Amino acid sequence: MKNTTSSLRRVRLPRTPADWLEAVMNFIFFLCGMLAVCCVVLISVYMVVSGVPAIHKIGIFKFLFGTKWASTAAEPLFGILPFILSSIYGTLGATILGVPIGLLTAVFLSKAADPKLRTVVVTAIELLSGIPSVVFGLLGMQVLVPAVAKAFGKASGACLLSAIVVLSIMILPSIVSVSVTALNAVPPEYEQGSLALGATDTETWFKISIPAAKSGIAAGVVLGIGRAIGEAMAVMMVAGNSPNMPDSLFRSVTLLTTAIAKEMSYAGGLQRQALFSIALVLFVFIMLINVVLNVVLKGGNRDE
Amino acid sequence: MKKISRRSFLTVCGAAAAAAALTACGGSASSASSTAASASATASSAAGQAAGTLSGNVATGGSTSMKNVIAALTEGFAEVEPGVTVSYDPTGSGAGITGATDKTLDIGLSSRALKDDEKNDVDGTVVALDGIAIIVNKDSKVADLTVEQLKKMFTGEITNWKEVGGDDGEIVLVGREAGSGTRDGFESIVDVKDSCKYAQELTATGAVISAVEANPLAIGYASLSAVGDTVAMVTVEGVECSEDTVKDGTYKIQRPFVFVTNKSAALSEQAQAFVDFATSKDAADLIRTAGAVPVNE
Repeated sequence: MKNTTSSLRRVRLPRTPADWLEAVMNFIFFLCGMLAVCCVVLISVYMVVSGVPAIHKIGIFKFLFGTKWASTAAEPLFGILPFILSSIYGTLGATILGVPIGLLTAVFLSKAADPKLRTVVVTAIELLSGIPSVVFGLLGMQVLVPAVAKAFGKASGACLLSAIVVLSIMILPSIVSVSVTALNAVPPEYEQGSLALGATDTETWFKISIPAAKSGIAAGVVLGIGRAIGEAMAVMMVAGNSPNMPDSLFRSVTLLTTAIAKEMSYAGGLQRQALFSIALVLFVFIMLINVVLNVVLKGGNRDE
Repeated sequence: MKKISRRSFLTVCGAAAAAAALTACGGSASSASSTAASASATASSAAGQAAGTLSGNVATGGSTSMKNVIAALTEGFAEVEPGVTVSYDPTGSGAGITGATDKTLDIGLSSRALKDDEKNDVDGTVVALDGIAIIVNKDSKVADLTVEQLKKMFTGEITNWKEVGGDDGEIVLVGREAGSGTRDGFESIVDVKDSCKYAQELTATGAVISAVEANPLAIGYASLSAVGDTVAMVTVEGVECSEDTVKDGTYKIQRPFVFVTNKSAALSEQAQAFVDFATSKDAADLIRTAGAVPVNE
């Protein structure tokens, strides 16, 4: 960035058309770069400015650890602990379901699959990542929710479990694609050495390839977690959305994202401000996940 | 609060701009309007005719449930009187009535009938009725419920369908999100405010209907106008929910949408024009598309 500005200043008037083009393009690149930075700064500032007043009014302890959310009651209560816990459980559940499946898929694609099959599966996974979340939600609502109700003999299938299942499918593509890249990057000598010592293919993959690629795989998992915690639309269509504590897999729950999405359209006053505060909490969560991601990636670099 | 009024202001601007564009395309309309001298008189019959000559602001505010109706009326009114902006501040029926009483609002909006002591200071004009249908799955054997039964069901006192004449099975309550006008209407009429044990809270009438359609044990509520034949409507105390029964008052789960105006102060020209427009026959379809039952046809 600095180079660009200083070169702009030095070359006051470019002489040839090519120089002009160069200067103009430099400026455009600079603007594009700045745009992203500005957006991040603006969003951060806006989140804090609009999220803090309600937290202040409600009291941070009451807000974060209150167990009851009744935003439109005569005496409104704004406790978001149920949302925080639901978000954590939902994401954790999705990770528990999604990571083993994603990891095994990645090993299969990177090491075991024959090229033709690999192309088909890779295409399928790319398509999966391109499916809009509302479509996941729609399918979840029409197929998964009734299926969950039937399978477990419950009256309603719109619950935490359905949300977990939908999320675990949605995070698969990020886990698989990042893990495949990491596994492909494992030096072939490692694996050849292992095979030469008499280890089977499976032993080699699990004892050599995966440990060697662990930081890349971890990055994929963290990316998946980031996607799961930020997902609103699909979850809103399958989770039931009542502000209950998530004390059972079959409880109708509201996550941080869905709490904002469902009440925003009609909210006013303190309720509206409180929704911004929820967004701030979510923002902090996602920032934390990003920090973890950075640490994981840096750790990986040191290993190599 | 500020944001909402700004948004509705933008809606008004957008509607006005659209109307202006239409008028421009229409050609002769704008020149014809200059001949309309007494604007308030023309307003009631002018929908579809020439654009009006009034300008200024009409401040409305109050019931959050009336949001859709007001938005539709504002949009329609902008075609008649493009110079008038109608502002709307969703503060609740109580604040709407207070606003009309202390003259901070031109028109207060209330989604409940006025009480007797309130009628000393303000007049109420019913512009529409809100009928809320109780819907169940088509496979449900329950065809009629009383308000008392509904109250017990939604507060969790009755949890099994067999207690109200259906098959054995847990009742699944499907409702709207906090802040929704339909939820507010249903809960205040059935007297279950803030004590409903919902299994699902959904953000749109259509979502409630499809959730009820998909689950044989579900019961929900939705604006009358939105209910199609994919779900079954139960009768409430023997009365079917229809425009007619809402209008003649026999269907219980309904409430009026009231324009509240101050008795001691005359309305401004533009506010009077808006009231006239809202109660005219031309507004009936607008009100219907907003999900309520028009009273003047």
